Amino acid sequence: MGKLENIEDLTKLREVLQQAAARQADGNNPDARIRVRVAMATCGIASGAREVMEAFREEFAKRNIDASVVQTGCMGYCYAEPTVEITRPGHLPVTFGYVDAKKASRIIDKYILNNELVEGIIPVNYETIGS
Amino acid sequence: MAKINYHILVCGGTDCQARKSEGILNAFREAVVAKGMETTIQVITTGCFGLCGSGPVVQVLPDNVFYSGVTPEDCPGILEEHIINGKPVARLLAGDLRGQEPSAKTPEGVHRKQLRIALRNCGVIDPEKIDDYIARDGYQALAKALTGLSPEAAIAIVKQSGLRGRGGGGFPTGLKWEITRAVRSDKKYVVCNADEGDPGAFMDRSVLEGDPHSVLEAMAINGYCTGADQGVIYIRAEYPLAVERLKIAMAQAREYGLLGENILGTGFNFDIEIRYGAGAFVCGEETALIHSMEGLRGEPTVKPPFPSESGFLGKPTNVNNVETYANIPVIFLKGAEWFSSIGTEKSKGTKVFALAGKINNVGLIEVPMGITLREVIFEIGGGIKNDRKFKAVQTGGPSGGMLTEKDLDTPIDYDNLIRAGSMMGSGGMIVMDEDDCMVAMAKFYLEFTVEESCGKCSPCRIGNKRLFEMLEKVTQGQASLEDLDKLRNLSHVIKDTSLCGLGQSSPNPVLSSMANFYHEYLEHVTEKKCRAGNCKALMKYFIIPENCIGCTLCARNCPVDAISGERKQAHVIDQDKCIKCGACMEKCKFNAIYII
Repeated sequence: MGKLENIEDLTKLREVLQQAAARQADGNNPDARIRVRVAMATCGIASGAREVMEAFREEFAKRNIDASVVQTGCMGYCYAEPTVEITRPGHLPVTFGYVDAKKASRIIDKYILNNELVEGIIPVNYETIGS
Repeated sequence: MAKINYHILVCGGTDCQARKSEGILNAFREAVVAKGMETTIQVITTGCFGLCGSGPVVQVLPDNVFYSGVTPEDCPGILEEHIINGKPVARLLAGDLRGQEPSAKTPEGVHRKQLRIALRNCGVIDPEKIDDYIARDGYQALAKALTGLSPEAAIAIVKQSGLRGRGGGGFPTGLKWEITRAVRSDKKYVVCNADEGDPGAFMDRSVLEGDPHSVLEAMAINGYCTGADQGVIYIRAEYPLAVERLKIAMAQAREYGLLGENILGTGFNFDIEIRYGAGAFVCGEETALIHSMEGLRGEPTVKPPFPSESGFLGKPTNVNNVETYANIPVIFLKGAEWFSSIGTEKSKGTKVFALAGKINNVGLIEVPMGITLREVIFEIGGGIKNDRKFKAVQTGGPSGGMLTEKDLDTPIDYDNLIRAGSMMGSGGMIVMDEDDCMVAMAKFYLEFTVEESCGKCSPCRIGNKRLFEMLEKVTQGQASLEDLDKLRNLSHVIKDTSLCGLGQSSPNPVLSSMANFYHEYLEHVTEKKCRAGNCKALMKYFIIPENCIGCTLCARNCPVDAISGERKQAHVIDQDKCIKCGACMEKCKFNAIYII
């Protein structure tokens, strides 16, 4: 992607990106993908978030599951790091705390493959202006 | 095997547990088993929902329906009516929806205490992808300002919003921009103050690591408003990840033409560079910060001249803090009126706090101004760890003060916190319980300011050192009542005569702990006692002869052989030898050791 020449370029890009995100999250779309967000601020990384991210990538590859594993900033739950948020297409995102490699594998087996929650769920405890 | 298709989430937060959420969990589990539905319905306990006022809280997924004030007796009914018959139980619905007939697409109906504006993208977007930011309206505010607003009109929006500096001072942001704009000069600078240095504060780091583009965008808007074409981010080198993400963000923004020449074809030029600080607390003060950016010693100078007249390299310079910037794009997108509808009369919007100390949910929170400390500590924070008693909370870091029980219901805003003897500060909030000694806390903060004083002016350089020494005397039980008077007098002298904000505020922890906990100071002096059991020099370990069975475990674990006694006879601790490590007390299985 090159330079945005004017405000229309910016707005057009936003629309394309928003549509792509909506398609990824749409449960009725065959291309929809599971998304795993790992909280990777300094504090998250210090408590093992990088290993957790690797673990998710490896486990998905091993099980041949198409999913996107991405990093994000601080989710705010310092007491429960490392934290990850899982969004299955068509479902509300669920955040899990106290995750390590072992638990990552459990989350995939239980929640992602079987819709069964595992302990350590952190409910959304804030309102956001989102966008 | 049937697949789980319903989840019943029961809040396991401290507050809900106190309201017997355990019983609800069991009642649901029993009801599910009774119906033979355990393969399709999962009942699970969760962390705190942040809805503590109306606990115990239950959420049913995938319907996203919330119930509040649930009792174990209600559980079979919720299962039967909601999950089996598909009709949520109106009388138990949470919040606004209570008693209402829920529609197919039910809004949650619950209002949480936190509101994320500055943190809107933190933990949501990938901070290293500009596309993620753009998809969430990133750079739209800049585009709007550049194409639709004159600099004056844009400044007016910031002024109307009521936004005040989030670095701690609380100066009106729009006014600062206006003053910088009014100064005529061939070159101006806008600066981002990312020299966050309070002990226990990490708000700015989190914003930079989670949403760097929002700061870049706001700096560009600031440049447009004040007439600057150059931005500088002053960040401490101890924040390597924040620096790395900023650099990535800047490179991406340049690639898109959102930084650089002729931004979005509007003819506006603006670029940003990074300057590193070596992590000095005083460099958060804007004149010291500017000197440090110029390669000089990070020492403050007397204002005026203010940076808005003569700042970086002698040019007009507008300095704002990271969190202040993070609010700016939203104000342009949602409007000044919307922003000023949040908060109190003179403090608008939200504030990010790093909640730390003796609290259950240590974390990064963002709350509307006007929320009470009680709500922050006991609802969002989940209360005091290990059910201990709340004693005080320090806001404003080493420059702030201690707030106590009597301040818990004060709405948090700039002016109320000052009235209560503390300050907003940049957002560190350290909670203390009954096991914390207030003299020791004051000493801790003084130790920090002594270390961080730049040494330029004598009241701060020498005075704080003397304060620290006097506090040390108190904690060792060697101070006299006269020393306490000296402590107070010297504190006032330092406040009145120091050159910059660091020295002017450094005695605050002493003064506010003396104002609120003078009895603790007195006890240290007259009774040689530390009620919190914090000051080691004043502690004494004793063995209760009646409880001691002479197992010798304590004696064997004492690192300095201070405990003696025959087998099966009561032991004694030699107070001269004892180093107060507490090993004996930890090992004793008969509660035979106590401290005074």
